[in-house]
Amino acid sequence: MALPKIKQDLTDAVLSQPVPEGGSWLTAAREAARARLGALGMPIRRDEYWKFTNPEPWTGDAAFSTAAEASGIFDAAEPLTLVFTDGVFDADASDDLALDDVKIELLSTVGHTDLHWAKGLYGALEAAANGAERRDGARLFKPVARPMAALNTAMAEEGVLIHASGEAARPIRISYRTTGGTTQLHHLVKVEEGASVTILEEGMPGAQSNVMIEADVADNGTFHHLRIQGPEQDRATLTNFFARTGTESTLKTFGFTANGAATRNEAVIEITGDDATAHIAGGCLGDNERGSFHHDDTVYITHDAVNCESRQVFKKVLRNGATGVFQGKILVQPHAQKTDGYQISQSLLLDDDSQFLAKPELEIYADDVACSHGSTSGAIDEQALFYLRSRGVPRKEAEDLLTLSFLAEALEEIDEESLAEMVQAKIEDWLRG
Amino acid sequence: MLEIKNLHVELEEEEKKILKGVDLVLEPGKVHAIMGPNGSGKSTLSYVLSGRDGYEVTDGSATLEGEDLLDMEPEERAAAGLFLAFQYPVEIPGVGNMTFLRTAVNAQRKARGEDELSAGDFLKLVREKAKSLKIDADMLKRPVNVGFSGGEKKRNEILQMAMLEPKMCILDETDSGLDVDAMKLVAEGVNALRDGERTFLVITHYQRLLDHIKPDVVHIMADGRMITQGGPELALEVEHNGYANLLEDA
Repeated sequence: MALPKIKQDLTDAVLSQPVPEGGSWLTAAREAARARLGALGMPIRRDEYWKFTNPEPWTGDAAFSTAAEASGIFDAAEPLTLVFTDGVFDADASDDLALDDVKIELLSTVGHTDLHWAKGLYGALEAAANGAERRDGARLFKPVARPMAALNTAMAEEGVLIHASGEAARPIRISYRTTGGTTQLHHLVKVEEGASVTILEEGMPGAQSNVMIEADVADNGTFHHLRIQGPEQDRATLTNFFARTGTESTLKTFGFTANGAATRNEAVIEITGDDATAHIAGGCLGDNERGSFHHDDTVYITHDAVNCESRQVFKKVLRNGATGVFQGKILVQPHAQKTDGYQISQSLLLDDDSQFLAKPELEIYADDVACSHGSTSGAIDEQALFYLRSRGVPRKEAEDLLTLSFLAEALEEIDEESLAEMVQAKIEDWLRG
Repeated sequence: MLEIKNLHVELEEEEKKILKGVDLVLEPGKVHAIMGPNGSGKSTLSYVLSGRDGYEVTDGSATLEGEDLLDMEPEERAAAGLFLAFQYPVEIPGVGNMTFLRTAVNAQRKARGEDELSAGDFLKLVREKAKSLKIDADMLKRPVNVGFSGGEKKRNEILQMAMLEPKMCILDETDSGLDVDAMKLVAEGVNALRDGERTFLVITHYQRLLDHIKPDVVHIMADGRMITQGGPELALEVEHNGYANLLEDA
């Protein structure tokens, strides 16, 4: 089927660039992604999953120019830090890539190694998510097109490859810095059976960025992921998080964003092993007075196994005409009995001009499941505000406390308490301006 | 301490007159009680004094140690020494009780130009005050009033009072929803704060709270006005005979 002309033109422009040369299997994976992108076409506003978020900040020319230094968040966790400046690994600013039971490499160095674990994962989860709608026995595959992820697989030249075979003693921090411009990075994470690793992403990869993580979590594996974005304003930030999880595995991913003209965080999680847990949570602080603010979380969780639990908890604080978007889908396969799915998306609207657009979707084909979802928009609780002020807390400080109160349920999703405290302290900084 | 003159108040949204000329003088160091039937305006008086939105003062004045209360923001009234113990304390999920107390104490100190309490000094103080109110460490850690029983919520109000050390304390139906033991505990907490200088205004429906917190003066309020006042015996009279006689006399 022919693509609409505007889509075709955008796509042709992207496809006119050759994929980066990276060695035999990597170049082949990039070519395959390029072909997928050619078939899907670049996103336009008319696409169903881009209705609430204009893709132009990422598909158009980079009109963003902010430069950003690292924020220092998570220093106290003593992480092993990898620094990327404008998408290029900065060895001098990074720690040695040495951590017991964890092998850390760079994408740019492995393409010529034919027997590498990354070969089976690079672009694989993205390709599956971008596959055709189909049935396999009773199971249904209803993918949502992820053209920007295909673009990333095709064009990203660098990324971190993390292979955990045991319990990582320290978290790994991926720290982004930029002088402006466009950046694409593609990270891979493989957590072996019983292994565990925590990855902390922070900073701004580029003024216009498209960053991807593909994570394969084996049976009994644990993968914790945190991503902190902001407070730079003049940026268009796109992230893609793809994960496949095994039996009795634990996946927890949390993201928080302050400011930013355009942010879209896409997540696709396939729970493929029984008794597994997958939580995704996040929040944002958006104030249009600093420039436009648009923040989108688009999540798709598939329950493809028995007795698994998933949670989606998203909280957005919006002020001065800011826009928040949440598109959250749960698909429960016919055999995925005893599924426990929870989804909540809420916005705190601090004025009448801001808006929150929520699209919860539940598709449940099993009969013994508990799935609940809710979406609300509300203002500051006047009673609570008066209560705090009557104790001598000035209005602004009281509003900040109530904002933290609103965000609390999302912050509680961060597994490690000390990391949660660091995130909360950063949010408090941002609230104080 | 607190002087209210001819105070007229309407509900902003309904233009409904609630207070119709309240006159009240509270002496420093004394415990005053206000009793009155439902709808007499007792709670409205406490809200107007503490600065809650939704009320319009159409006439009259209220001063705390000569300062115009009605002109101040709620937080300024608190810093000036006014405290309202709520009839229905508000739950604030996600904000630890300790964080709340510390924020409030330090905000008031800052407003008065005093140094903030250090974390160590604050902790010592709060533990000491909490102990006497039988508030355990867990209650201090939990989010403000969330999942607290009725008694715990009221004890938490008294703890805030003890930490903030106000000059003028208003207790709005603090006995509502409390069993006898909880009421005794709350009364003990209040009595411990009676130091001959601090002034109390105890609003209640029932005489029983006044068995535990002995008032110096009892005021009877009805239909938005103070209709009579007397000693503690007036509360007993109400307990025996109800408000009917007093209302007729007025």
